[in-house]
Amino acid sequence: MTAPAPCIRIAGLGKTYPGQSLPALQAIDLDVAQGEFLALVGASGCGKSTLLRLIAGLEAPTSGGIWLDDAPVTGPGPERAVVFQDYSLYPWLTVLENVRFCRSLRVHTGNASDSQAASAVERSYALLDVMGLDAVRDHYPNQLSGGMRQRVAIARALMAQPRVLLMDEPFGALDAQTREVMHELILRLFEIERSTIVFVTHDVEEAVYLASRVVVLAPHPGRVDGVHTLSLPPPGERHPDLKLAPELLQWKKTVLERIRATSGVQHDLDKLNRLAELSRRRTPT
Amino acid sequence: MTGVASFWSIRGHLGNSAYLALAAAGFTTFLAAWWMLAASGLVDPVFLPTPDGVVRRLAMWAREGDLLTDLKVSIGRVLGGFTLAAVMAVPLGIYIGSFRPVQAFFEPLMEFARYLPAVAFVPLVMLWVGIGESAKIALIWIGTYFQMVLMVSDNVRQVPMTQIEAAQTLGASRGEILSLVVFKSALPGIVDTLRITLGWAWTYLVVAELVAANSGLGYAILRAQRFLQTDKIFVGILLIGLLGLVMDQGLRLLHRRAFPWLHTR
Repeated sequence: MTAPAPCIRIAGLGKTYPGQSLPALQAIDLDVAQGEFLALVGASGCGKSTLLRLIAGLEAPTSGGIWLDDAPVTGPGPERAVVFQDYSLYPWLTVLENVRFCRSLRVHTGNASDSQAASAVERSYALLDVMGLDAVRDHYPNQLSGGMRQRVAIARALMAQPRVLLMDEPFGALDAQTREVMHELILRLFEIERSTIVFVTHDVEEAVYLASRVVVLAPHPGRVDGVHTLSLPPPGERHPDLKLAPELLQWKKTVLERIRATSGVQHDLDKLNRLAELSRRRTPT
Repeated sequence: MTGVASFWSIRGHLGNSAYLALAAAGFTTFLAAWWMLAASGLVDPVFLPTPDGVVRRLAMWAREGDLLTDLKVSIGRVLGGFTLAAVMAVPLGIYIGSFRPVQAFFEPLMEFARYLPAVAFVPLVMLWVGIGESAKIALIWIGTYFQMVLMVSDNVRQVPMTQIEAAQTLGASRGEILSLVVFKSALPGIVDTLRITLGWAWTYLVVAELVAANSGLGYAILRAQRFLQTDKIFVGILLIGLLGLVMDQGLRLLHRRAFPWLHTR
């Protein structure tokens, strides 16, 4: 069996911010396969968001490099769209105008034919439809709930037909119920669009439920602790019931344990236990 | 009971009609106090004319004098100086707010320049450009331009970085980010900046007209002082206040019309 050609290749990647002695990321080697749903998790300070920003080209590495289809990443580009946690929509544009934003850029319209322009219009309506945004297409973002805003942001990113969709804790600001709905939506979109997704989250359950592979990063300095290929149905065939299935819970446990082991959490828990022990000894009843 | 509670709760709610009624009451109280003080005979009318005396003077000025000319001249000067300042300040402010080297080059200079007292430039301005129209426009420009540049650059810096980054990752060029994101995002703030600096433009107009002019509202005020026409001074001052208010409200209306997303919920 030959492995699918890597879509993103990360080799020897390091990032040290000026004025800081400890690197934010150190010696990262990672391949992301074409059509893969990859989740990046880890304790805070592990550099998962930094890694995503490096792939997006929003930050420059201090060592090593990133290649997309064998071309080095040197800056942000339309083949790597990003969905941010704070939506970052354009408040002066309506939902439809936000989704179509990339159509006002030369990269996308420079040498587009009439039929391409027409199919883009069609695509924008199709995306609104899939996202359940039809009824609000003439609304402004500030008239929408957080979940709806994030749908607009995802539609805007997909409108550019990126090779890779980079998502930086996209559901971190949403309430639990909305997040559940967004999970189903993103899985369905992943199946329809067949894009490659790199997804940063601090929610381990979210990571194992959505992704086909989970990368655990360890902090100080940020490095890869381990890569877990999940023995679960492919993302496109997953179902909310799976969130309670033993095999998923087992993966959640495995990943959580690695995060605990690589962060200060275990140390903090031990300290709490010692405190509890002390207070029990002081009040003998 | 709940009505009173919400009236006086901190940052509470107030209906539109209640707001208007209170605003009208504020003006009425001010006018009544003025009128009572003036009518009581405690103050010499040379120092404090009555409100109706001021209104009569306004009518007379309009009928027999050159009120309309003075108004037109003053408004023209304000708009001239202000427009010139705005046209020059907005682009520079956008570049200062967007590019660090431009900021480093201009911002300290502008910070220094805005503390130069505009009024003290009057003799210099007269020396350089004489006492014609350009002198008034130059003074208004000196009084507003530097502040405007700094405030616009601040408006631009308020644009959230993720709005810019989202555009970058969709493939926008630098020029496209400036025109499609930065400018659009900062525009409501820029209009507010223009609204605030327009008020200052009026201040410097009056300074210019008091010092070196033979027409305009400021000049009329100065001449009225020579003839002890206190009521005419009052008319001039109130007219300038009123004109400022009208222009301010005009820009507010423009704000509502041009930026509907800020006013919908």
